[in-house]
Amino acid sequence: MRSGVMQVPQQQDADYLALAARHRPPTPVWQNAVRAFVVGGALCVVGQLVTDFFEAHGQTATRAASPTAVVMVGLGALLTGLGLYDRLVRSGGMGGALPISGFANAMVAPAMEHRREGLVLGVGAKLFTVAGPVLAYGLGSAFLVGVVRLLVGS
Amino acid sequence: MSRSTRQFEQVAVVGHFAAGGAREGQGPLAAAFDQVWNDDLAGETTWEAAEAKMAVQALEGAAHDGGWPLEAVDVVVGGDLLDQLVSTNFAARQHHQPTLGVFAACASFAEAVGLAGLWCDRGSARVVAGAWSHHLAVERQFRFPVEFGYQRTPTASWTATAAGALALTQGTGRVQLRAFTVGRVVDPGSTDPMDMGTAMAPAAWDSLQRHLAAVHARWDDYDRVFTGDLGVVGSGILCDLANDTAFVRVHDDCGRSLYRPEQDVHNGGSGTGCVAAVVAGHIMPRVEAGEWHRVLVAATGALFSPTSYQQGESIPAVAHVIELEAGRP
Repeated sequence: MRSGVMQVPQQQDADYLALAARHRPPTPVWQNAVRAFVVGGALCVVGQLVTDFFEAHGQTATRAASPTAVVMVGLGALLTGLGLYDRLVRSGGMGGALPISGFANAMVAPAMEHRREGLVLGVGAKLFTVAGPVLAYGLGSAFLVGVVRLLVGS
Repeated sequence: MSRSTRQFEQVAVVGHFAAGGAREGQGPLAAAFDQVWNDDLAGETTWEAAEAKMAVQALEGAAHDGGWPLEAVDVVVGGDLLDQLVSTNFAARQHHQPTLGVFAACASFAEAVGLAGLWCDRGSARVVAGAWSHHLAVERQFRFPVEFGYQRTPTASWTATAAGALALTQGTGRVQLRAFTVGRVVDPGSTDPMDMGTAMAPAAWDSLQRHLAAVHARWDDYDRVFTGDLGVVGSGILCDLANDTAFVRVHDDCGRSLYRPEQDVHNGGSGTGCVAAVVAGHIMPRVEAGEWHRVLVAATGALFSPTSYQQGESIPAVAHVIELEAGRP
């Protein structure tokens, strides 16, 4: 380094990273939490209305759950296709991503995205790029909990 | 003088062309664009093809502005962010001129212009240099599918849909390319791919200081010193690193200039096309008009891939510097 020239930060420079952190705007945690509450709450209200509908048409509360999930997934897929669901999550964060309609978004978005690379190597191969980890670890933990339940329950 | 810097006496920048997408066309630099593409696909069937089309248009536009048809250009130098430089090379498949593809992430534009300068310095030639990026094509490659909803962090930059190109030749004109400094790769150890400003600011400062020492200049000698796309966060860090009011007075950032804060782009614009379009559409006309006499551009690039950061690698960065000066009448 030339003399009289300020030392330039190099790999793993803790002083520099501390300096840089002071310039980073904070994540608006409270604002995000309120938005997530509103968006997630609204989705839950819609889900409850759908459940009520199925219950009013002869389903028990338990049996209404499955068709409700189908409708919410369909709704999430539709809004993704219309280019609206990503906006919902952009403002609502996990309030939009966590409900089952968010899962539909995570499946439909890659399907739309990779249609141009064909049905096999595009849609087929890339369908689970976002939802894959959720499915893998969701199924994995369901299996583990199931085994524990079997052993403890018997 | 440093042998990592080349100074040019006889390299003129005779043409420029800038194009942007719909969001860029609604930004504060709307008037700077020669063309605004309001259709994401630009009449093509894929975003990648749209990016190549923008590239051809920028190259043609810059060549025409220099008074040549694109067929009369001897060498094209260009760069983009897509794997295997597909848009640069697919554009070359269409225009069929001899082409060099370069990659330095978002610093590619300065590398392309610098190489064009070296080419013109050594003999008579017509060279067009440029860079381009398409938000949607880059987003799907580096991040998530476009319709997948996720919340961007306050430090995240917005990859611009933009293209810019300059036409260079040996001689003197209204704008001269005066010098080119090749950057060193600097890695301060940042690992957040949603915070490019932190990763790139040290590289920018390193190259700017080396350039200044090589050409024996002071910050006061410049009307503006632009960095590529450090954005709001990176610009703050850079000015802090510099700790020099003379530098802060002349410093500006291309990424920070491209959008309004209310356009929901957080840290500002990024992407290979960002600095290219700002130089071609915003800076060049001002130097041509003599409003600015001497301008430095340090294009900054974060040299990571989705694989490298998933494997836990920190993000190295580079900045290449070009110096533009109003021609002496």
